[in-house]
Amino acid sequence: MSRKEKNWWIVAGVLIVIYALFPVAWIVSLSFKAPSDLTNGQFLPTDATSENYKGIFTGAGGDLFLPALRNSFGICLIATLISCILAMFAAYAIARLDFPGKKFILGTALAVAIFPVISIVTPLFNLWRNIGLYDTWPGLIIPYLSLTLPISIWTMSAFFREIPWEMEQAAQVDGATTWQAFRKVIVPLAAPGVFTTAIIAFFIAWNDFIYGISLTSTSASRPVPAALGLFSGASQFEDPTGVIAAAAVIVTIPVVVLVLLFQRRIVAGLTNGAVKG
Amino acid sequence: MAEIQMDHIVKQYGDGFPAVNDVSLDIADGEFMILVGPSGCGKSTLLRMIVGLEDITSGDMVIGGKRVNDKAPRERNLSMVFQNYALYPHLTVFENIAFPLRLAKMDDGEVRRRVNEAADVLELHEHLERKPANLSGGQRQRVAMGRAIVRQAEAFLFDEPLSNLDAKLRGQMRTEISRLQRRLGITTVYVTHDQTEAMTLGDRVCVLRKGKIQQVASPRELYDQPVNLFVAGFIGSPPMNFLPARLEGRSLSTPFGPVELDDKRAAAVAGRELLLVGIRPEYFEDASLVDDAKRPLGSVFRARVDVTEWLGDQQYAYIPYEAPEEITNQLRALSRELDAEELRTQAIVSIDSTSRIREGREAEFWLDSRKVHVFDPSTGENLTRDAEAGAALTRMAAEDREEQIAGSAGGRSSGGMGTSSSGGAGTSSGGARAAGAA
Repeated sequence: MSRKEKNWWIVAGVLIVIYALFPVAWIVSLSFKAPSDLTNGQFLPTDATSENYKGIFTGAGGDLFLPALRNSFGICLIATLISCILAMFAAYAIARLDFPGKKFILGTALAVAIFPVISIVTPLFNLWRNIGLYDTWPGLIIPYLSLTLPISIWTMSAFFREIPWEMEQAAQVDGATTWQAFRKVIVPLAAPGVFTTAIIAFFIAWNDFIYGISLTSTSASRPVPAALGLFSGASQFEDPTGVIAAAAVIVTIPVVVLVLLFQRRIVAGLTNGAVKG
Repeated sequence: MAEIQMDHIVKQYGDGFPAVNDVSLDIADGEFMILVGPSGCGKSTLLRMIVGLEDITSGDMVIGGKRVNDKAPRERNLSMVFQNYALYPHLTVFENIAFPLRLAKMDDGEVRRRVNEAADVLELHEHLERKPANLSGGQRQRVAMGRAIVRQAEAFLFDEPLSNLDAKLRGQMRTEISRLQRRLGITTVYVTHDQTEAMTLGDRVCVLRKGKIQQVASPRELYDQPVNLFVAGFIGSPPMNFLPARLEGRSLSTPFGPVELDDKRAAAVAGRELLLVGIRPEYFEDASLVDDAKRPLGSVFRARVDVTEWLGDQQYAYIPYEAPEEITNQLRALSRELDAEELRTQAIVSIDSTSRIREGREAEFWLDSRKVHVFDPSTGENLTRDAEAGAALTRMAAEDREEQIAGSAGGRSSGGMGTSSSGGAGTSSGGARAAGAA
């Protein structure tokens, strides 16, 4: 790469980073602005205040936000866990075994993934109310599985396909049952894939708004994105933008932490050294 | 330790293609058997059927007196070294070697003892705590072998274990495997397409072609008494030269002049017209360097040399010749089947390295006609094969092997795996004997 080319890459990279991070920076800045400051058209708050953060953790705001945070964490983690375990078995079968209907399963998974959520929300709302799942944790976990499972199966089967089959055969010759070979060799090797999939699945569930707002009515199961929409200002004439921005920042933190935490594990290439090199 | 018996083994794939076709082979206890053949001949499939990774379509696979057709790999108690080693990248070298023992729920002390023993044998001690990714190719290969020997398996199976190593390391590991097998005295089946490995390692070699056994014999018998054109062309490097010949009385007229046949050979080929003569490169010599005493035993001819290759210890000359189209096509088909692409009909001739024969000039060559083989061009059958002489060669190899095993058994502990310095000393002498025999 010539020097000139390199410079262009750097410039382009910086531009992309700014483009991607500017909205985030804006929201952070908004979250520190006082209500009177919101529409002054300046990027930085004239007088930084933590009022907004106090607002979402205490008082009426707290009553709305804190249970929602708890719900979101609980529901998303459970949905991720279930979808990862199910997807692991499904992906293993798809990558390794030959069975009739394999293409059909993959096709169906894809169809489910691209099916518009909004079109099933209304029937689901009625169904859930009739069978008593409305406004409960399982009532959200099940639809979240329908969002996360297809993508989990697809990504994980790609990872499983990468694992040389000899690994498993070697384990079998060494005396392992199919289950032992899966647990002791395949799963550890697929760990980066499992973590990547888990994070993607978690984000999908964490970011959902339509199910969250339609299938819940109280703080018993309302997730954060739905709760954000219900924030109100101190009076009905006051804009809740600052509070919402503060909540948005808080909601972003776990996502960032997750990525930083598992960044190293996501890096593929654990299989290096398994085979000839 | 066990013998492996295969009885009319067939492997048919879903589309009806028989990858292995009616193979019957007995491998004796402690024997080193090589399965060799060009790619696609079914040798790996056969090995994988022994270990249980492929289903057997029909026939019986008997290991140690028990039919194992329906047994899972883990119930067969065999150990295998894969072509790409198949080490577990998430485990250390120690845990890789210990893996079969851990699965067998062996207690910790015993595991440590056995792994250390294996590490002694393979000189892996300083690497035990490293991950496979940080090892060199040869070290990974040794770890894979360690995983195989740590368990008292009925037999070792190797699937082209050296094909990923560079030439120098391959030579070293080859002798290492030979030494290890002699020391442990465990039945071994070794798949390779490399004929050097086949010739140097095996007690017996099984040559496969398109899923069928061509010949099972000691390396010497394969070389001296091949059963057909395929075996003759496959074994030997550079390969045997096949020249078209017409029978005229008791002599064969070849592009390199007439070749006289002795009584036995003449009788064997009598009544035929077009034949193929198989002559190994080393049966030729620069005529000016041949002893007067030897000269009458062969024939002398003049030919133009196309290319010479001087390698220090020996020299090869390439001599082009004309052949009938029918023969040319057949030879071309054969060379394709042997994974080679022969573009022209030429004879490769091995001459003394001091020979002054030069490229592009005519030269006089001597051809030892005592050792030529004559093949039927249509069936490929070797018409002049001396089955008795061949069997004698294989018998000799079998006796050598028994002697070696008896010799190494003295230095071997009854537990199966020899260790410690005394075992090491016994091994090196066993290895030297093996090298001498080969």
